[in-house]
Amino acid sequence: MNFLSEYIYYIGAFSLIFIGLYIVLIKKNLIKVIIGLSIIDTGINLFLVSLGYITGGTAPIFSKSGLKSDNMVDPVPQALVLTAIVIGVAVLALALALAIKLYKHYGTLNLRKIKEQKW
Amino acid sequence: MRKLIGIILLLIIAGGITLSLKEIPFGIPKTKIGEHFIKKGIEETGATNIVTSVVVGYRGFDTLGEITVLFTAAIGLGALLSIYRKRKADRKAEPVSLIVYTGCRFLFPILLLVGTYIFIHGHLTPGGGFQGGAIIASAFLLMYLGCEGKRINDKVSTVIEVLGGLTFVALGIAGLILGKDFLFNFLPKGEPATLLSAGIIPVIYIAIGLKVGSELAGIIDNLIEKSQ
Repeated sequence: MNFLSEYIYYIGAFSLIFIGLYIVLIKKNLIKVIIGLSIIDTGINLFLVSLGYITGGTAPIFSKSGLKSDNMVDPVPQALVLTAIVIGVAVLALALALAIKLYKHYGTLNLRKIKEQKW
Repeated sequence: MRKLIGIILLLIIAGGITLSLKEIPFGIPKTKIGEHFIKKGIEETGATNIVTSVVVGYRGFDTLGEITVLFTAAIGLGALLSIYRKRKADRKAEPVSLIVYTGCRFLFPILLLVGTYIFIHGHLTPGGGFQGGAIIASAFLLMYLGCEGKRINDKVSTVIEVLGGLTFVALGIAGLILGKDFLFNFLPKGEPATLLSAGIIPVIYIAIGLKVGSELAGIIDNLIEKSQ
């Protein structure tokens, strides 16, 4: 119980990652697999941000005078996630473009029916 | 069968990760470097938004790499979908419905303004080039949804994108010449918490904002126009 309450953010992030992994492993539809990859992306971003959290901390921005520097969360994971989100969107779009091309070529999005695939 | 194997595999991975996660405490400071950025960030870069000073100042070179990843993804998407380019030359701009069209036209300039504000004030308040660029791209997405047939000018968006990237690289090389290393902050840092402060950081963030905005708008354009 203690583990659950203390690590609830990690658990949430990793449940997202596992939901995404499950979709990637099990689902047959290529669009669903891409959605799964996107969910994994979200989970990893959440995990990185929660790694940098400090109990009771505020955002690392001195937008008002008088904010103390000793009660701020770690800015490094936030800076990583900031760019990762936008790159995630672009990579998702690239994956969807590949899906469009596969559909035009094979006429189906079912991964079991697409021939010539190795796995 | 496949499902069973997948679930067993996931359970094994979950068990391993749970064991290792127990060793990572939650809610206490973990890196020394983060503390250093918070304590010395304003002094060293002049930006009051520490996240911005990390993204553009301390690891600006890394951000250049990430911009390149974004650029590569956008280029790849354009190349993949260029085969299906069936541009109806005189497709008229047809509003979906009057109310939606009017609403989009009303919101479009406001969204552009908000996006621009966010990336110009990236070194002072929450936000920055990536977020502002995403908001600008969402304005274009709204225009595409609300008014069929209207599309962005390919050439203008390409020029803006290239100029954004070039500004970033040129500022980096200028830092190499005027200072001692790549992306050296050679402009005066000014007074913190004013618009004209933090040296090259706002300039780079404006370049990033324009680049990300035009790139994401180009992705939306490619996906909507060429896949029909």
